[in-house]
Amino acid sequence: MINSQETNIDTVSEEKTTSDVLIDIKNLKKSFGRLEVLKDISLKLHNGENLVVLGKSGSGKSVLIKCIVRLLNPDGGTINLLGKEVNSIKGKELSEIREKIGFLFQSGALYDSMTVKQNLEFPLVRIKKDLKEAEINNKINEVLENVGLADVLEKMPSELSGGMRKRISLARSIILDPVIMLYDEPTTGLDPVTSDEISELINSVQKKYKTSSIIITHDIACVRITADRIIMLHEGHVYAEGTLEEFEASDDPLIMSFFK
Amino acid sequence: MKKLKIINLKKAQSLATARSIKLSEDTLDQKERANGFFQEVGDMALFIKQIFKETFSRNFEFKEFLRQCYEIGNKSLPLIIITGTIMGLVLTIQSRPAMAKFGAVTMLPGMVAVSLIREIGPIITALICAGKIGSGMGAELGSMKVTEQIDAMEVSATNPIRYLVVTRVLAATLMLPILVLFADAFGFIGSWIGVNIKGDVSLVLYIFQAFGSITFLDFFPAVVKTFLFGAVIGIVGCYKGFTAGRGTESVGKAANAAVVLSSLLIIIVDMIAVQITDMLS
Repeated sequence: MINSQETNIDTVSEEKTTSDVLIDIKNLKKSFGRLEVLKDISLKLHNGENLVVLGKSGSGKSVLIKCIVRLLNPDGGTINLLGKEVNSIKGKELSEIREKIGFLFQSGALYDSMTVKQNLEFPLVRIKKDLKEAEINNKINEVLENVGLADVLEKMPSELSGGMRKRISLARSIILDPVIMLYDEPTTGLDPVTSDEISELINSVQKKYKTSSIIITHDIACVRITADRIIMLHEGHVYAEGTLEEFEASDDPLIMSFFK
Repeated sequence: MKKLKIINLKKAQSLATARSIKLSEDTLDQKERANGFFQEVGDMALFIKQIFKETFSRNFEFKEFLRQCYEIGNKSLPLIIITGTIMGLVLTIQSRPAMAKFGAVTMLPGMVAVSLIREIGPIITALICAGKIGSGMGAELGSMKVTEQIDAMEVSATNPIRYLVVTRVLAATLMLPILVLFADAFGFIGSWIGVNIKGDVSLVLYIFQAFGSITFLDFFPAVVKTFLFGAVIGIVGCYKGFTAGRGTESVGKAANAAVVLSSLLIIIVDMIAVQITDMLS
């Protein structure tokens, strides 16, 4: 059953132990000038689950995951990430916690001036400094294989198609074996076939790397393939929370506008 | 007549009200602009502080620094060589009639050498580099900001200030004096060609005459200020790119603002450097 904001939204969470919770957000607030984007967001990400955050454009979905990795500083509330309060850490401690997070950006965010190989080794050579060249190459080949690409190492990002860029970007995100994956609209701008492939890839990455994921999207096909649990944001609040089946069975007009 | 007066009075009142509204809008606008200016100065000061902090931190990105030196130095060299040669040639051709009036044509190489080394070489090279390097930095970092590449770098636990900004600022600071030396050297060659259009002076004699007029006090302050010009180009270019907005339009704006602000600051730094040199000598 869908838990709307008026009812208890934490029913599912309460069933699980607190050690099972990787991200615990309470009363998160974020404004840009006078525009309140996140008014009061509370959610939890459990170990091993794919949590889809659904909402209209401008509902603050991307702002939410950018607050989680402190690309944006929240105005209020708390974010507990892997047992640490993100708002109160900085410097080395923040870098260490970011190493455990993989982030797939909406645009892919591949470094334009670098080849695919340089893009992939960029986080490796900076964080795992003791790795030898052969180990780096093995790791690169492994992640490329996992995202279903080969023979693109010396290509520049501009030579790749949209789907390939997303795959390389995903490969770069998983190269450090993250505990949590954050996907910011992973299928935006892709054709339906490639979108489904990327969604399947998200599931396969979750299984292979045993990650827990927050997937920001408004693509229902992606939701259907990836979601273990769904949270819908509306006007800066958590509007509804539940499983895919519960959302599809809902007669709420806002939810129906997404699913039917 | 009375009505007309009232109308006029009303008109005057409405004009006065409109003027006062306009004035208060102008005042608000000026206030916002002043606030924006101070905000920008403050932000840039914090940006420079971060650059200093990261410059002296561990894990210096040496490989990226060398790449930037190549990008800034080597790729700007052809432009600087052509400009330097033309600068020397034009300066000589333009000065020759005036020098001839006083029968001082033999002093032409010395005059050109002092002008080139003290002022024209550094300032022209710096302004060209502000256009080429500064706009490049503003556009590249601005586009990285728009396409979330800077965010991606930060999320992968790499400090973007250390990797992107410190390397570029140091490379610009180090490369500009070298480019100025090339501009001066090729300026001499251009000047020698200019002298030989209406005369016959060997290159050895020309160089002997030119360097005979230059002292350490001509050379040293000029070199010092070129380091400052390089730092200005690097800092402003990176700052404008780093603070670009989110749309693609802001990339162009960042590149443009980088050129305009760094050119202006170069001229201001030059003015201050000239004053200091004058006081010291």
